[in-house]
Amino acid sequence: MTTDSKSAPDFVAPHVRSLPKSGIRDFFDIVAGRKDVISLGIGEPDFQTPWHIRERAIEAIERGATRYTSNLGAPELRQALAAYMRQSFQSDYDWQHEILVTVGVSEAFDLAMRAVLSPGDEVLYHEPCFVAYAPLIRMAHGVPVPVETFRKDDFRLTVAELEKKVTPRTRALLLNFPNNPTGATLDRADTEALADFAIRHNLLVISDEVYSELTYEGGRHSMAAIPRLRDRLIFLNGFSKAWSMTGFRLGYACAPAPLTDAMMKIHQFGMMCASSISQTAGLEAVRHGDAAIAEMRDSYHLRRNFVVASLNEMGLDCFMPRGAFYVFPSIQSTGLSSKEFALRLLNEYNVACVPGGAFGACGEGFLRCAYATGMEPLKEAMDRMKTFVRALAH
Amino acid sequence: MDALLDLLKKNARESDATLAKLLGTTEQEVRARIAAYEQEGVIRGFQALLNTDRLDTNDVRAVIELRIRPEREGGFDRVAARIGKFPQVESMYLMSGAYDLLLFVKGASLQEVANFVSARLAPLDGVLSTATHFMLKTYKDQGVLMESEPHDDRLQVCP
Ligand SMILES: Cc1ncc(COP(=O)(O)O)c(C=O)c1O
Repeated sequence: MTTDSKSAPDFVAPHVRSLPKSGIRDFFDIVAGRKDVISLGIGEPDFQTPWHIRERAIEAIERGATRYTSNLGAPELRQALAAYMRQSFQSDYDWQHEILVTVGVSEAFDLAMRAVLSPGDEVLYHEPCFVAYAPLIRMAHGVPVPVETFRKDDFRLTVAELEKKVTPRTRALLLNFPNNPTGATLDRADTEALADFAIRHNLLVISDEVYSELTYEGGRHSMAAIPRLRDRLIFLNGFSKAWSMTGFRLGYACAPAPLTDAMMKIHQFGMMCASSISQTAGLEAVRHGDAAIAEMRDSYHLRRNFVVASLNEMGLDCFMPRGAFYVFPSIQSTGLSSKEFALRLLNEYNVACVPGGAFGACGEGFLRCAYATGMEPLKEAMDRMKTFVRALAH
Repeated sequence: MDALLDLLKKNARESDATLAKLLGTTEQEVRARIAAYEQEGVIRGFQALLNTDRLDTNDVRAVIELRIRPEREGGFDRVAARIGKFPQVESMYLMSGAYDLLLFVKGASLQEVANFVSARLAPLDGVLSTATHFMLKTYKDQGVLMESEPHDDRLQVCP
């Protein structure tokens, strides 16, 4: 033997080894195990999954509906999703060829990247953003190209910024509105302008609209509602947020047949299908979940008002986000970095918020506060933050 | 329903300041709207919701179905008004179906409730029959489960 004996770390592929850990993970490790922390760091609904949905999952198990389903997903669920897309966005997707049921939006996004990227292809994505995008682009051998969004634009993505970053190698544009972590949304003019940009540069658009149902004002403006984009759009959605079904791990992609087929190829070998029990629950959710969603949406809406008012009152500038369940206040007036602010808030006041830098460099100076938390802890957290900010000013 | 009423139904002890922030209005406005609802008789009071099974009392509760002969003028309202004045009656509803009034009655013992029915309710003019069912355990009241679901067990920080 000429080569040295390898140990476990040597077996990790270099491109995985060089993948940075998520900034959220860092912060999680600091918070983990601490007692009496009020966490505004949770990107997950506080509501229990509506009972009628859980009940249906139990019934699925009792009935023995616990087998593999079709790779694309159970036909009834895909039919119901096609109806949902028509009703929500007036967009027609053929349930037999254009809808793929996945293990969360997470898997759907991973499939989309692996299905469309060749090594070196560039993908435009906007920051601050969900932490999984850049790593998954990279794992698909693509090149993630961040595009900044700004407080002055209420964190909308502008074509002017996109034009600065587009190159001949750009293959796709990734969108996420309503946005994690800013709560930003798009209006009709924005979606139209982004569609024109994509068409002008011959790009594929991947739109993660997992927070779409959680839109409080201004209407839901989906990329799926733009007919001229249809041929170059992969629409992603899932049940985690609006239906409060994170642990069911259920999502879906809608895309023209050749793209759906390409994603399905990877899915059939790597995943086979999403959990059949979750699919039964998901069917119940799309068919009969409207009232439960509306109740949760109303509750988030009011809490958003409360948190934004409280933050602005204590001097942390915060725009009024119209969707998702996050607010993204600026902490620049305190003179601290996001990380310092978050660490001191945690150590001195037992409140956890995620530093904005975890969502991309331009998130520095901001903090993500999730208001998917009961009113009592939310009030207490706002009181403690106010005390902290006041103490900083002296 | 007005969002203010919804919030008060969920937590009547919410402060005016918090209500104002939740609704995007001012404390004065919140106070004025609550006062107006009280004036109109929409808000009838604010009470704590108790799980009395957890209290060290021997109180008993019963559900009583009453059949009543309606009066030519006023239907059931006059009899209902008389019955409603008894402090033992905690709730009362006019029902469709096999009986007319449904009462929720509280007493210090089985005997006391039984006496109330036989001595007070049954002899009332217009009462045709009564059927008494004693309540054994409360699972849910006013939309609130008496045993909560497990506490928030989400990860403390997640994407
Ligand atoms: C923008 C965004 N996309 C996708 C996901 C993941 O969703 P899922 O649970 O469907 O995998 C999240 C979860 O935090 C998210 O915030």
